Amino acid sequence: MGFDIIEPGLSTTVQDQGRIGYYRYGIPQGGSMDQYSASLGNRLVGNTHKEAVLECTYIGPRIKMTSDVIIAVTGAPVDVFVNGDSVPQYERLSLKSGDELKFGVIKGGTKYFIAVHGGIDVPEVLGSRSTYPIGSIGGVNGRAIAAGDSISIGKKIDNGLSVLQSIPEADRPVFSPTVNVRVMLGLYNHNLSDKGLKKFLDEEWTLTPIADRMGLRYSGPGVEWKKREQPFGAGQDPSNIVDAGYAVGSIQIPGGTQPIILHRDAVSGGGYAMVATVISADMDLVARSAPGTKTRFVSVTMDEALAARREMTARDARIWS
Amino acid sequence: MTKTVEARYTWGGDEFLFVEITEGMSLESNFISNSIANALESKNLSGLVDICPANASLLIRFNPDVMNYQELEKTVRALEQDVRASARQVLNTRIIEIPVWYNDPYTNETGSRFREGYHQRPDGNDLDYAAEVNGLADAAEFIKRHHESPWLVSMVGFVAGLPFLYQLVDQKHQLQVPKYLSPRTDTPALTIGHGGCFSCIYSVRGAGGYQMFGVAAAPIYDPTQKLKDFKDFMVFFNPGDIVKFTPVDEPEYRRIQKEVDAGTFVYRQAPIQFDVGAALADPEGYNKTMMEALNGI
Repeated sequence: MGFDIIEPGLSTTVQDQGRIGYYRYGIPQGGSMDQYSASLGNRLVGNTHKEAVLECTYIGPRIKMTSDVIIAVTGAPVDVFVNGDSVPQYERLSLKSGDELKFGVIKGGTKYFIAVHGGIDVPEVLGSRSTYPIGSIGGVNGRAIAAGDSISIGKKIDNGLSVLQSIPEADRPVFSPTVNVRVMLGLYNHNLSDKGLKKFLDEEWTLTPIADRMGLRYSGPGVEWKKREQPFGAGQDPSNIVDAGYAVGSIQIPGGTQPIILHRDAVSGGGYAMVATVISADMDLVARSAPGTKTRFVSVTMDEALAARREMTARDARIWS
Repeated sequence: MTKTVEARYTWGGDEFLFVEITEGMSLESNFISNSIANALESKNLSGLVDICPANASLLIRFNPDVMNYQELEKTVRALEQDVRASARQVLNTRIIEIPVWYNDPYTNETGSRFREGYHQRPDGNDLDYAAEVNGLADAAEFIKRHHESPWLVSMVGFVAGLPFLYQLVDQKHQLQVPKYLSPRTDTPALTIGHGGCFSCIYSVRGAGGYQMFGVAAAPIYDPTQKLKDFKDFMVFFNPGDIVKFTPVDEPEYRRIQKEVDAGTFVYRQAPIQFDVGAALADPEGYNKTMMEALNGI
């Protein structure tokens, strides 16, 4: 029951909702970078939120079914082909044993997801199937999928919901070349000069190609730090702090030049001052950004962040009803 | 009335509370951070997701759907005051011997690939540079200073199972070395690194900006959990562990590697009580007592 990998694609990994509670040991939360897109796939194929999916990066895999399976492709816009014929995204698709799935050119974003009924069946490690390649855990033997892998899928699932054939247009995520990312200032923002903080919030930043599951680096006008005597153990640069824990979504600006947003495979700590954190409701939005995306950081309060989170939860509840 | 000492509380978005004990590193701050973490852990609060004690700060992850953020801050502030008020600062922990091949060919080879544009000093290796900036005669003198006193695991993180190590000597005697000018894209697994006042052991191969001094002979992260020391968990170190580096030569390094491959290697370690006050009052004498715990094991 499952499928064989003929070509693995650029970097295709097994991901789920993530591995929560081990950040204290430096093991990142992991999980699908764009949780919403991945969950839409699970909804279409009749899974729960928990099943693991394949996360594809730019170039997807070529795979051959070894049993009849129900799949859906969600996330970044891309051409999808079954046995050479074009098929739609955001729809429930029934494939037969022997069918071949492959992908064309990506047209926005960087990540798309293949959900299968029953979920990708790899062993759970520390409560998750998510791949953490640096630590060699999760996924297929702790790594991205490779040509020749045979992937098993899990048992039939009854999620108690009616079958959803297609995700309505209005509920599909948008992949925009211009985004406003909501952040909460905090952590070490007081180390920025007034001018530096103004630059961070008022100027436009552009996502560089240096972007992956660990973090996304932006180019722009740079910022400016306050002049100060560095505390003991922190290092000489004004962007240095005594090594501390990094919040997922926190934004550091090493040397004051390029802001880096830490994402789901983030290093758990280090010595660069963070000046703000992307709110939980906008982490998927960041994950949908492709290099070149024009980005503004918009400061919000905790109450606004929590209101946005409630909206996100309500939308999820509606789709899963 | 004495001035109330308080940490700085700030939010890392809507899921993280960040508590900075002090801006600068110190043994006391590290102890307070770890003590708050332990006290918070034992409360078993619903909605508390992860507690990450760091060198002089603490990162707490919570689920805002379950836990009110203001309540969390109130709870942690109260724990902070309890910790600060407690008379004796004692930690029940362990001392572990870590065999290290200093000045090994692996880190030297990697270091030689990252000179121009990466390193402060194109000539010599990272040990030569570390000796120079610390005003020591040569690499051998630096190596001696690196292993003759023990280190405290002040934080675990960056990547899976990587310990940050704080040298248990007077601040003025601490080895301090700037990080690489620009991080390397490669570091051998088990490299002994150093940046600022911290040493570390790179648990896995990968990027890194710390100076490289040698390689540890045995793993500190084992996702396969084959070795006895990893039976319960794939990560070896906990904050509060005390580390004694022991220099080994190549034959000894190879012998340990054989034991690791055979699955028979076990770390030499002993339970100890670490008393922060005693350690600060007489670092040299206290270190000697701690290291004696390893005798006969």
